[in-house]
Amino acid sequence: MNVLQVHEACVNFDAFRAVDDVNLSLASGELLGIAGTNGAGKSTLFAAIAGQQDTSAGRIEFQGADVTRKPVHERARLGLARTFQTPREFAHLSVLENLLAAAPNRRHESLLSSWVGRSASQRHELELVRQADEILAFVKLMPVRDQAAGALSGGQKKLLELARVLMLSPKLIMLDEPFAGVNPVLIGEIIEVLRKLHARGIALIVVEHHLQALKSFVQRLIVMDQGRILADGDPHTVLDDPRVQAAYMGGVV
Amino acid sequence: MDAYLLAVGTIVLIYALLAVGLNLQYGETGLINFGHVAFFALGAYTSALLALRGWPLPLTFLAAGAVAALSAIPLGFAALRLRDDYLAIVTLGFSETVRLVLQQEEWLTRGVQGLPGIPGMYTSLAGTPRAWAIFMTLLAVTALAAWAISLLQRSPFGRMLRAIRDNEPAVQALGKNPAGFKIRVFMVGAALAGIAGAFYAHFITFITPEQFIPLVTFYVWMSIILGGIGSVRGALLGSTLLMFFLEGSRFIRDALPGIAEVQMANVRLALIGLALVLFVLYRPQGLFGKRTV
Repeated sequence: MNVLQVHEACVNFDAFRAVDDVNLSLASGELLGIAGTNGAGKSTLFAAIAGQQDTSAGRIEFQGADVTRKPVHERARLGLARTFQTPREFAHLSVLENLLAAAPNRRHESLLSSWVGRSASQRHELELVRQADEILAFVKLMPVRDQAAGALSGGQKKLLELARVLMLSPKLIMLDEPFAGVNPVLIGEIIEVLRKLHARGIALIVVEHHLQALKSFVQRLIVMDQGRILADGDPHTVLDDPRVQAAYMGGVV
Repeated sequence: MDAYLLAVGTIVLIYALLAVGLNLQYGETGLINFGHVAFFALGAYTSALLALRGWPLPLTFLAAGAVAALSAIPLGFAALRLRDDYLAIVTLGFSETVRLVLQQEEWLTRGVQGLPGIPGMYTSLAGTPRAWAIFMTLLAVTALAAWAISLLQRSPFGRMLRAIRDNEPAVQALGKNPAGFKIRVFMVGAALAGIAGAFYAHFITFITPEQFIPLVTFYVWMSIILGGIGSVRGALLGSTLLMFFLEGSRFIRDALPGIAEVQMANVRLALIGLALVLFVLYRPQGLFGKRTV
């Protein structure tokens, strides 16, 4: 079954059509890159799938369920997670607390649980800490576990965002420009983590400007231009496509 | 002097109760509530009106908290759509609306004439023992509230509040709806303000809408700024410090000859303003705060 299915999606901003009749399906466990120049519509499409942006027409299905009109938090609960281009860490919380705050925990996060049943809540916390530690070790953020998240470097914040969404046990993770503003060493580490997540069977969509980095690890690449999908296929074929080369600065890729 | 100090102490505790609630809303959750006095007023009038109709006092206090909490729900919904300065304006408008309604609905509130003869607390006692009984009751309630709020801050619920304060879109993207958290925070803060209002009404025994002007809200803001944003201890000590400035400045007249009684009121306010400015300049994080204003 497809994890994600986008049917004829359009997003209009008044007269301007930012996403124009896009069809896209993603098999579970697939690793997809989406590239395109500024204004090609990739970020808008991304936001429409995650739920921050309403679609003007079309339908979005996640694991077979229609989520077109569902708010962001309900989509995330179903396992559709995203990270942000500009990291949105909880700056005054520690790295560990960032992960704990992300854990699905409706029972113990109720107002009443602040006062009633605290020992059950604390036992559950210990279990969450164990999970969080495992994930922090996985993304190599253990050394900064107890630091305030606001004090991390740009690249570490990107890793933190990734670690945070892993607390949701997502079926699909969408990453918005994970390499923007990250130094080359950390880019390598992020790619390494993405490869491992792919190997675990989690579907990934990576929206990225950085074509070289993208090409090096995705299975499938989509290039967008003027709100439409220009080419879709394996990265080498797509990048050799003359229309793609024309869209990217008149042939210089 | 005993009676004076106890009266000041009682007012300090009423402000402390208000500050604990506002600190939860702003210090923890980042909600800028400039209408805190509205819930104080609603609590005061609810408890006073019910007591004047013969309800027993402990019940009227609970009703005051409940009415204030319920009236916070519409404001909570406004907070879902508005941020920062917009929320500040709407909450300020809300508190002025509440005050004007109390002023205009004379059939219920007697309007500008106010409600005289509100039953006092511990009427079987008199003089200093009675003042002590009121003070100790209020102290116990404030301590209980402060303890409950500090438990809340250390719970997973409190952690979500700080996460919402730091980055709301991220909270949504992690599958949690900030709306429910914000409404609850508004309700808890309002309930505490409502109970503070009930204490105020039965302590002063005469209330008018004029006592619930926005200045009261800003006194509470001063308390949490002085005490340190985000700290329960700070909310308690900030109110004490505020009252020290407010009341202490009364005695300055003895040191400032040549200033008339009428002018003194303005000199006092100017001095309080100056004290606040100096305090924030030299200790922006407040007494116990972790963050600056």
